[in-house]
Amino acid sequence: MSTVTPDPLAPAPIDRQGIRLGDVLFKGIAFVAAVGVAAVLGLLTYEVFSLAWPAIQEFGLSFIWTQGWNPNSNVYGALVFIYGTIVTSFIALLLATPLSIAIALFLTEIAPGRVAAPIATMVELLAAIPSVVLGLWGILVFGPWVANHLEPWLQSWFGFLPIFSGDPSQAGILPAALVLTIMIIPITSAICRELFSRVPRDLSDGSLALGSTRWEAIRRVAIPYAAPGISAAVLLGLGRAFGEAIAVTQVIGSGNTINESLFPPGDTLGSRIASSYIGASTAIEAQSLLYLAAILLVISLITNVSAQAIVNRFQKARRMSTG
Amino acid sequence: MSSAQITDPYDITASSNNLGRRRRIQKLVSFVAILSAALAVALLALVLGTVLFKGLSQIDTAFFTKPAALFGEKGGIADALIGSALIVGMAMIMAVPIAILVAIYIAEYAGPKAASFFRVMLDVLNGVPAIIVGIFIYGLLVVGKGQSAIYGAMALAILMIPMVARATQEILELVPRHLREASLALGVPRWRTVYSIVLPTAIGGILTGVVIAVARVAGETAPLLFTSSITQNQISFDIHNALPTLPVRIFTLSESPSPDDQAAAWAAALVLIAFVLVMNIVAKVIANRKRRSLEGG
Repeated sequence: MSTVTPDPLAPAPIDRQGIRLGDVLFKGIAFVAAVGVAAVLGLLTYEVFSLAWPAIQEFGLSFIWTQGWNPNSNVYGALVFIYGTIVTSFIALLLATPLSIAIALFLTEIAPGRVAAPIATMVELLAAIPSVVLGLWGILVFGPWVANHLEPWLQSWFGFLPIFSGDPSQAGILPAALVLTIMIIPITSAICRELFSRVPRDLSDGSLALGSTRWEAIRRVAIPYAAPGISAAVLLGLGRAFGEAIAVTQVIGSGNTINESLFPPGDTLGSRIASSYIGASTAIEAQSLLYLAAILLVISLITNVSAQAIVNRFQKARRMSTG
Repeated sequence: MSSAQITDPYDITASSNNLGRRRRIQKLVSFVAILSAALAVALLALVLGTVLFKGLSQIDTAFFTKPAALFGEKGGIADALIGSALIVGMAMIMAVPIAILVAIYIAEYAGPKAASFFRVMLDVLNGVPAIIVGIFIYGLLVVGKGQSAIYGAMALAILMIPMVARATQEILELVPRHLREASLALGVPRWRTVYSIVLPTAIGGILTGVVIAVARVAGETAPLLFTSSITQNQISFDIHNALPTLPVRIFTLSESPSPDDQAAAWAAALVLIAFVLVMNIVAKVIANRKRRSLEGG
């Protein structure tokens, strides 16, 4: 660095005031944008609740455990839809979690890189399929297959279980749950893959060097290491399943009762809102649908915030342990 | 290796007398993992294959140039394509600048507490179901003023902002510190540093995020159901009224019992899925090229 010759690249004499103003302005605009986005979240919550307020006042909290939806006799309750939401989402989760972990293990531990990369891309693309297209496939191709093959098969082997009793149906809780499974596999498996790939090499190598098989190393080292992250992944998948409305509307049929069996049609919170809102005949029916929306919003906020909390705590612990 | 002296109950080599069984378990697990991955790939192939098979035979030039069918007439998707392009385009114009500003605030200006607060806000907003966003705009604007393509775009913009902002913020944090420091040390003000050093370095990653977000909202149906669904199915560029869109068209056609409508639904689905896949490939290409240029430089 020369101190004698004048540097040709040296900035021209600068107007300090101008810089300060530019910085203050830019930071201010960026700050307003950030606060604005946070405000949208608040406004959204407020708006949904204020729209639903007449129904909340009319029916109170008992709306949540009231069964039935009849515009003619003015009976509205959310229980059927809460049940539908929870049952479809949990079946989806029950199937998607082990599958996702297995896919992630395949991609990180078993497949050579040359094979793993394209397969990982394909699993990601599964998430890119628009839900309305998956719903179209669900209603016209998958639903009939479920009714003609899967449900009779389940019935012949597990028919003694009440959940597999009754007549097979093209549209119902079971196909909806299976379509949701397809939708959440890419989400959970991508996170699990990320988690497994971050397991410190020396830990799993150490386990292998001690003579454990690959699976034992995975079960005793990789999975415990990734466990908090896996639970966050599962919660994020659950949030997605709770909130999915369109594909579920297409394949779940529509129902006003809770059935023991998974075969008959039902409804989730999202599917009922999507299928009935435009055709709502009375103000109170529309407001009751908005009450359903408020419940859905609360459920998904809780799920997502818990997932965030797990991730944050996990990262903090990781940062402390690594330095 | 002598395992005889070791008495540690947690010692994994102690069970080496079961080596055969442990190897069989290992094989079984590998098999299950391969099967699971194959299942996911097969599902993708199945859905894409069905859409391609059922949609392709319906597609001709008229399909792209004619609006939806009235009655008993073979219709096209020209009106829905125009509507989707306008709504997604407007959503992009609304969301991208805001999202980038939010990301800049988080990555360049906010302290650690504020940064993590806004990150959580974005993630929570990202987790709000699309249908709730539709209801929000419906209650805020549509109730008094009627449906419009602009409101549809606003709903999609709310979905886009957290996606683009998070992607941008993550990329901004990857921009090497020394680039910023060099610029600041030369006396360049912070905002100019961000504008002419940090953003150009991160542009590839930002573009990738934008393209992926566009691909995702282009397939969103639920928010448009409440904001831009009651339409005339005529070719129209009037953004102050509801416009037909591809996803809403597929949704309505898929619920119809008529085989003609279902055939049209498959064809429209093929167009939508082709767009989404192309956007995803574009995003991958941008990401790869940018990575190579960063590594090369």
